[in-house]
Amino acid sequence: MSLFDLLGIKQKNSASKARERLKIIVAHERAANQAQMGAPDYLPSLQQELLEVVRKYVDIADDQVKISMEKRNELEVLELNIALTEADKNDLNEN
Amino acid sequence: MSTVIVVTSGKGGVGKTTTSAAFATALALRGHSTVVVDFDVGLRNLDLIMGCERRVVYDFINVINEEGNLNQALIKDKRVENLYILPASQTRDKSALTQVGVTRVMEALKERFEYIVCDSPAGIEHGAQMAMYFADVALIVTNPEVSSVRDSDRIIGMLASKTLRAEQSLDPVKEHLIISRYVPGRVNKGDMLSADDVQDILAIPLLGVVPESDAVLKASNEGVPVTFQEDSDAGQAYHDITARFVGEDRPQRFIQEQKGFFSRLFHHP
Repeated sequence: MSLFDLLGIKQKNSASKARERLKIIVAHERAANQAQMGAPDYLPSLQQELLEVVRKYVDIADDQVKISMEKRNELEVLELNIALTEADKNDLNEN
Repeated sequence: MSTVIVVTSGKGGVGKTTTSAAFATALALRGHSTVVVDFDVGLRNLDLIMGCERRVVYDFINVINEEGNLNQALIKDKRVENLYILPASQTRDKSALTQVGVTRVMEALKERFEYIVCDSPAGIEHGAQMAMYFADVALIVTNPEVSSVRDSDRIIGMLASKTLRAEQSLDPVKEHLIISRYVPGRVNKGDMLSADDVQDILAIPLLGVVPESDAVLKASNEGVPVTFQEDSDAGQAYHDITARFVGEDRPQRFIQEQKGFFSRLFHHP
């Protein structure tokens, strides 16, 4: 008998901890996988090549080229975002 | 019309091969012509669990590479009519499972068998993807334990995207949950996830629960699928699971503690 039992305090049992942890992680991972699902396999290499092209002109970081594929109604939309910082813009003017 | 069933889990060691062997045997015992196929190329074990390891001459990869034909590779079970085993190769790796080759073998099996049970390797890589690709139905084997449940959820996601049915926008793969190594007493004490908990998290229908059982180790020791131990709890659980699978109504006997009934049944002098 533990101190908790003697004091009449009910501890949360390990199975309910497991249940709570699983609910959170599974929901999180499902959302992440859903975002990837249906995305064509070529997205990572497309992103890499675009990065190389842009880098000929502007020095940007890997995460500045964002690319995603979405289904909107019947249309598939390929969305491409290249965010430039103030420093990048100066680069652009110099070139 | 034949049905392709994948037995899968993501995590290793949860009971995929035990389930494949026991379920395929139970189907055959009910009179259905059944083949159980080992997709675990490089780590074959289905032959050992089925007790036919010394009868393997040609294997799945030999058939894919046309080094032998399907009839040479299929091993007929000696205990039950209508049951065949297609062993995996022990010397090759999973890349030998080419899509074209697997398609050809599956088409040939569909000509001959009512049920094709595919024993998936662990993991989510090529071997596991090939095992699930042609599935009409999936048996997802899960232990009531966090890592197994999480991995099963990952596999369920893949069934919805990386199968022929998903690619061709056919009806989705039908999913059934099997919870194995279940200990009702520990669930009651709050030390183990309950069948309800697991079902609730994975959100797929429960086909059955297989209790943690000495019979499973005994079965693998002897190379006799646990289904043949008709008086064991695990053996009965697999008979129940198979009966439900083919549409019979059976009560879930193994979710609750079986103390009275089973101690009377098994421990009488």
